Amino acid sequence: MFPNLGSFENSLFDEFRRMQMDMDQLLGASPWPSGIRAVARGTYPSINVGSTPDQVDVYLFAAGLDPKSLDISIQQNLLTVAGERKRGNGDDVSYYRRERFDGAFRRVVTLPDDVDPDKTSAQYRDGVLHISVQRRESAKPRQIEVK
Amino acid sequence: MSATRDVAKQESKAVQETREQERAILPAVDIFEDSGGLTLKADMPGVSSERLDVQVDGESLSIEGKVEIPVPEQMNALYADIRSTRYQRSFSLSSELDPDNIEASLKDGVLTLRIPKREEHRPRRIEVQTA
Repeated sequence: MFPNLGSFENSLFDEFRRMQMDMDQLLGASPWPSGIRAVARGTYPSINVGSTPDQVDVYLFAAGLDPKSLDISIQQNLLTVAGERKRGNGDDVSYYRRERFDGAFRRVVTLPDDVDPDKTSAQYRDGVLHISVQRRESAKPRQIEVK
Repeated sequence: MSATRDVAKQESKAVQETREQERAILPAVDIFEDSGGLTLKADMPGVSSERLDVQVDGESLSIEGKVEIPVPEQMNALYADIRSTRYQRSFSLSSELDPDNIEASLKDGVLTLRIPKREEHRPRRIEVQTA
């Protein structure tokens, strides 16, 4: 009858969540433009991107995924990762908290222009998907010798 | 990626100490109940079983984990959703739960805790006797 009936602590938590949403709304009205592909905070999966002179590394914090369900594609410098995560908790249970992401996701990351889409590798470990894309030889910094 | 090293190790000790006090990430959790007990699932991507700490102290249950991802040396961040290397969250248990028999497992960054109910608190079906 009340699948989500929580404790007092829970309702306090909801209060904070509502406050956070209000904050997002406030910040969203800021004078600074946001990236056209930027997503709301907390979108699954979280992404970190780092670069070195040789390669660009993308880390997706995507716990509990079946790597076979992943669809990773790269076109020029746009990296797209799509997949699906099922909670798989069974049906005959009553929830107190249901915060974990459930369903299909797709995230697009704009990489620097000098990446080489043909040299991409991906591995999944401890719930983190690590995609690394090599940079083009010509874009790497070179030492220029003075004669 | 031959020259890899631990993200946490590359910081000086002083930096690491301030980082200890840094805000931890609150992992997203599912908590649900069936007749035998409660199940808690927490998303803690990047945490290996060696760096996971589940503690029960009286009626308080605390989960903590450190993110350990080898990154290349001299890496610059271009974009970061995750800005902390620590997950932490705690819960208070209630008396009908049996903290001595909690089972924990970690797979692909998802921590699953099974918290059984004490035997005497499991639901029993009460038969109605007809006279």
